[in-house]
Amino acid sequence: MVEENIKDINELSPEILDRAALTGIDPQEKERSGTFFQLNNSVICSRSKQEGIEALDLETALKKYDGLKEYYWKAVDPNKDEYTKMVKDAPPKGYFFRSLPGVETIFPLQSCLFMEQKGIIQKVHNIIIAEEGSHLHIITGCTVSPKAQGSMHIGISEFFVKKNASITFTMIHNWAEEVEARPRSVAYVEEGGTFINNYICMRPVKMLQLYPTVHLIGKGARTVGSSVILGKKNSVIDAGFRAILKAEGTSAESIARVVAEDESKIYSRGHMVGEVPNVKAHLECRGLVLSPKAYIYAVPELEAKQVNLEMSHEAAVGKIAEKEILYLMSRGLSEEEATSAIIRGFLKVDLTGLPPKLQAEVKALTEKELKNAL
Amino acid sequence: MEILKIENLWLEVEGKQLLKGLNLVVHEGEKTVLLGPNGSGKSTLLYTLMGFPNYKPKSGKIIFKGQDITNLPMHERVKLGMGLAFQNPPAIRGIKLSEMLQVCRKDISVEETATIAKLLNMEGFLDRDVNLNFSGGEAKRAELLQILAQKPEFVMFDEPDSGVDIENVELIGKQIEAFLSNHSGIVITHQGYILNFIKAARACILYDGNIICSGNPLDILEDIRVRGYEQCVKCNLRKRDE
Repeated sequence: MVEENIKDINELSPEILDRAALTGIDPQEKERSGTFFQLNNSVICSRSKQEGIEALDLETALKKYDGLKEYYWKAVDPNKDEYTKMVKDAPPKGYFFRSLPGVETIFPLQSCLFMEQKGIIQKVHNIIIAEEGSHLHIITGCTVSPKAQGSMHIGISEFFVKKNASITFTMIHNWAEEVEARPRSVAYVEEGGTFINNYICMRPVKMLQLYPTVHLIGKGARTVGSSVILGKKNSVIDAGFRAILKAEGTSAESIARVVAEDESKIYSRGHMVGEVPNVKAHLECRGLVLSPKAYIYAVPELEAKQVNLEMSHEAAVGKIAEKEILYLMSRGLSEEEATSAIIRGFLKVDLTGLPPKLQAEVKALTEKELKNAL
Repeated sequence: MEILKIENLWLEVEGKQLLKGLNLVVHEGEKTVLLGPNGSGKSTLLYTLMGFPNYKPKSGKIIFKGQDITNLPMHERVKLGMGLAFQNPPAIRGIKLSEMLQVCRKDISVEETATIAKLLNMEGFLDRDVNLNFSGGEAKRAELLQILAQKPEFVMFDEPDSGVDIENVELIGKQIEAFLSNHSGIVITHQGYILNFIKAARACILYDGNIICSGNPLDILEDIRVRGYEQCVKCNLRKRDE
């Protein structure tokens, strides 16, 4: 099948759709406000089903909005590193999602970035805007077919949360052992706005590197970053969350749960910068190391540039407490069952900010991924 | 009929002799109170009976319902009908109390869960991570709740009353009594107050890794209160000398 000829998500092979479903993509779009699907470097579809919600491919959006001058490469520096440069030099692919003032997505928008070609470098550039007083929910899945050995995904995402608006962005990664992924995300949040970033990754990956950065530039702006990461096999995962608190009354929270199995290495970073007084920031990282060859490096950083701000962190890395295993065994579980129940519980984070239905859906997806992974 | 028979049980943990040739029989339907000073081996005995991996007897036998379970893994003992209510249960993040009840009994219905939770005033705790930020009394009630779900034929309560306020000791004591009225079990306690509600026919004193005395719980408790455990030891020695 030549991907250029595929005009709709329904024309994709069952193999691709099944794989995409693991990351929350529903080809029937039953409870979705719209869909974007990129296969390798071709946009398959980009559409919105809800009035007031725009879902275009970036190329079209750039034409329609005269180059999106206020947004395009305004949050992420195109010269930041070799990967951002690669995206800058490539034809613009990726999506443009926007909620118009006062509009709220009834159902989330879904996006899927899929690689199925050996050795391909998928380049994606997304721009997401929530106009004043609007609320935008996005669920995005990034995944590969088993054919895509030696491939790499580079995703630039630029988020703009306007006054009293919100974006919740839930990203599920489902990579493979021979695949590299390097998302680059930056968000700007204006007065009274909220940006929520949820991240889930439970499959092996060769190298994963992400460090979304949120600039809280308006009074009372808020951000929460939650990530749930299970390191398997030889995965090297470097995942962080950074918030720069630039306006009074802003608050930021980062919650990370990481489990390192096999020979995986996980770097769990968090960085909060308090630039003005009267801001609040908290970092929390809990990690479990499950094999003698696994490795976790937790790096919580707090920078306070003013008096009168409240910043804290807690990090705890260790093995599973023997007492907890014995407790479950005394209720009838075998040692293996007890261990996996504890890991499942450990990785169960209540992802904040999602509508209840989406919350339940993501929870079920996470459970399923975890079941497959453990 | 004997439900549990312990024969000449010796246990060493990290080079320390904790049980020294202990013998004990519990009959079906019998409630046994286990008394003894701190460090005498009471909890140790329960862990050994339950089959904790670090509590493997050096010699001796544990016979449960006629079967030698001395070397049986813990979850197999649970299947045979043993249960343990912990003195200090650990908190587990991400596992709700209601989920623990499903671990205790896979097919427990929502209605039954609600019913037993109500008995123990634990309705508001079902959705919380088990034991996380529970008060002393709440943790003990959560333990008892799990036992009510599990319904083990033979249950061991490790200090179900320690750190619990008077009202809750009464609640817990009455529910343990109700449960034990048609099950067998051992109850460890330091306070006599809970024995106002648990009508046990027999108490045993465990001292330095051995059972040195047994008799009516309230009489024995009174003896200990008046004379102390040291006197019990001497009394026992005297008995042996005679």
